[in-house]
Amino acid sequence: MNYSVRKFDAVIVGAGGAGLRAAIQLSEAGMKTAVLTKVFPTRSHTVAAQGGVAASLGNSEEDHWHWHMYDTVKGSDWLGDQDAIEFMVRNANECVIELEHYGMPFDRLDNGRIYQRPFGGHMSNFGEKPVRRSCAAADRTGHAMLHAMYQRNVKVNTQFFVEWQALDLVRDEAGEVLGVTAMDMETGEIVVFHAKATIFATGGAGRIYYSSTNAFINTGDGVGMAARAGIPLEDMEFWQFHPTGVAGAGVLITEGVRGEGGILRNAQGERFMERYAPNAKDLASRDVVSRAMVTEINEGRGCGPNKDFVLLDVTHLAPETILKRLPGIHEIAIQFAGVDCLKEPIPVVPTCHYQMGGIPTNYLGQVVVPQGDQKSVPVPGFYAAGECACASVHGANRLGTNSLLDLLVFGKSAGETAVKELKTGGRSHKPLPAAAIDKTLARVDRLNNQKDGADVHETRLAMQRTMQKHAGVFRFKDMLAEGVEKILAIDAQVAQTQIKDKSKVFNTARIEALELDNLIEVAKATIVSANARTESRGAHVRDDALDVPETPNGRDDKNWLKHSLWYREGNRLDYKSVQLKPMTVDTIELKKRAY
Amino acid sequence: MNTDRNARIGKLKWHCRRALLELDLVFARFWAREEADFDVQSEAVLTRLLELEDHDLWDLVSNKATTDDAESAAMIKRLQCI
Repeated sequence: MNYSVRKFDAVIVGAGGAGLRAAIQLSEAGMKTAVLTKVFPTRSHTVAAQGGVAASLGNSEEDHWHWHMYDTVKGSDWLGDQDAIEFMVRNANECVIELEHYGMPFDRLDNGRIYQRPFGGHMSNFGEKPVRRSCAAADRTGHAMLHAMYQRNVKVNTQFFVEWQALDLVRDEAGEVLGVTAMDMETGEIVVFHAKATIFATGGAGRIYYSSTNAFINTGDGVGMAARAGIPLEDMEFWQFHPTGVAGAGVLITEGVRGEGGILRNAQGERFMERYAPNAKDLASRDVVSRAMVTEINEGRGCGPNKDFVLLDVTHLAPETILKRLPGIHEIAIQFAGVDCLKEPIPVVPTCHYQMGGIPTNYLGQVVVPQGDQKSVPVPGFYAAGECACASVHGANRLGTNSLLDLLVFGKSAGETAVKELKTGGRSHKPLPAAAIDKTLARVDRLNNQKDGADVHETRLAMQRTMQKHAGVFRFKDMLAEGVEKILAIDAQVAQTQIKDKSKVFNTARIEALELDNLIEVAKATIVSANARTESRGAHVRDDALDVPETPNGRDDKNWLKHSLWYREGNRLDYKSVQLKPMTVDTIELKKRAY
Repeated sequence: MNTDRNARIGKLKWHCRRALLELDLVFARFWAREEADFDVQSEAVLTRLLELEDHDLWDLVSNKATTDDAESAAMIKRLQCI
């Protein structure tokens, strides 16, 4: 199989928020920068972000980055690195104002300043009361952000390669990263993008789960590529779930439905939340509701032929209330559940939403790995930002509006660090290692020539159902152990996937098979890390982690205040300590997380 | 000829990979139902619709907005079929 080579100062994989922000930094500095993307930049999943971006601008009331830092550390259940968190919140205001200067149409106050609204978990004065910290552009914040940054990139001559599938990281024997291999979907041509700096900004991998709010493009391509290149994956057991996604589809049913009086029922029609949360009932917190739903399903009280969902009932509400106060829900229920929610309840399940772990980085955006006695040594030439990276600012759970902030701050930081390293002459186009490129060619060749192999769709579905059942929002010791074995068996099938269509031009079957190669790495990392972590922390909640004074909420700081690192080679785990020391302020000391 | 059609449909199908899950699901259903009989005229109409921003396209599919273009409106109806 042939390939050609193109040389750039920097190659960025992914054109969502983090990739576009990193590209601005490089192109503005005069670096010849290529951005590879599977879809047109403004079709990236950042578009789906509605809530806003957090920054302690204090436009409506007093606010301070230190308070934002406290909220983020607490939200992370103390697994977040406090140096990275301080860096993120202290850079928030500057990043938001830069975005405003790029043309982002933020909502405004009467005095012309950026309007800010409150958001869950963001408080003033170290947890005292809610604060208005989220900057938004109506309910299209992510969309407006991508447009502003894409236009800026066009202005500074970033070179976009649209509809290119990145295949593998090119890493030489010394461990340096020299670029990526990629396939042009329009021709099937394979090209090596030879670069002095390689930045991954490929987003999350929510499609490892059967029920996910993530768009189909979120297949963890960068995370999978990093794992294949020997980079460990950090804290992959931590995934944020939303309690009410439409069963079988994943589309979110807003919490506002329960706020307006919607009731969760099991197969017997029982309002089961009365048993789990006698006071708050259906309005209990997300994790309490999710756990109750999974318990009902696991104990055989789920609905449907497979007893694998519960029902969200609004039929007792006046139709005009539903249509007026919950616009969109009626249409979503018809389109994706096939029910008229005015007459029938909506089938729902806890649904995967956000990946907290990823490729390990420091706050400069450099990818860091253990080496000798040190646990965080930068990989020369390799950077990552956004949902595919683990800085780690979200730790065990993420606050709303901190995801857009993450991609702005660390996209910029990764770009800035790469520029510094390029300008100081520390990076050059080292000779390409033939062995690394041969691995990519062999992988594509294997797929093209596989006979009597596994069906891609069926294999992906088996992975998604296994992850949903065995490593979902509420986890059980035996189920996790069994799930590890099942995922390893599915991994063997992924190595033998087969495609019938061998054509080169826009062969979506081939792309989906290549995406599955990445998803399975994320699935393995997730379930192996989750099986090993025998405590509950943030979004990782285990049935067997006891809520006793020594381990409040099941959190075991004595044994588990550490980051997981999963290696593909040998399917093994290592750990590194959490950075509890911030950059300038005192450590935010451990305490039980309660809201 | 058939190869050309496959390539064109492959490209259109890839352009149906969107930023919003809602649209991905609508298009997955649509192609499963319509791919075999999808004609050239429909290709042109769908190509036009795919130029829209995701939120605007979803507004049309979910009846939050309407279009004056009769061909586009007819295609939206086909996308809405369950």
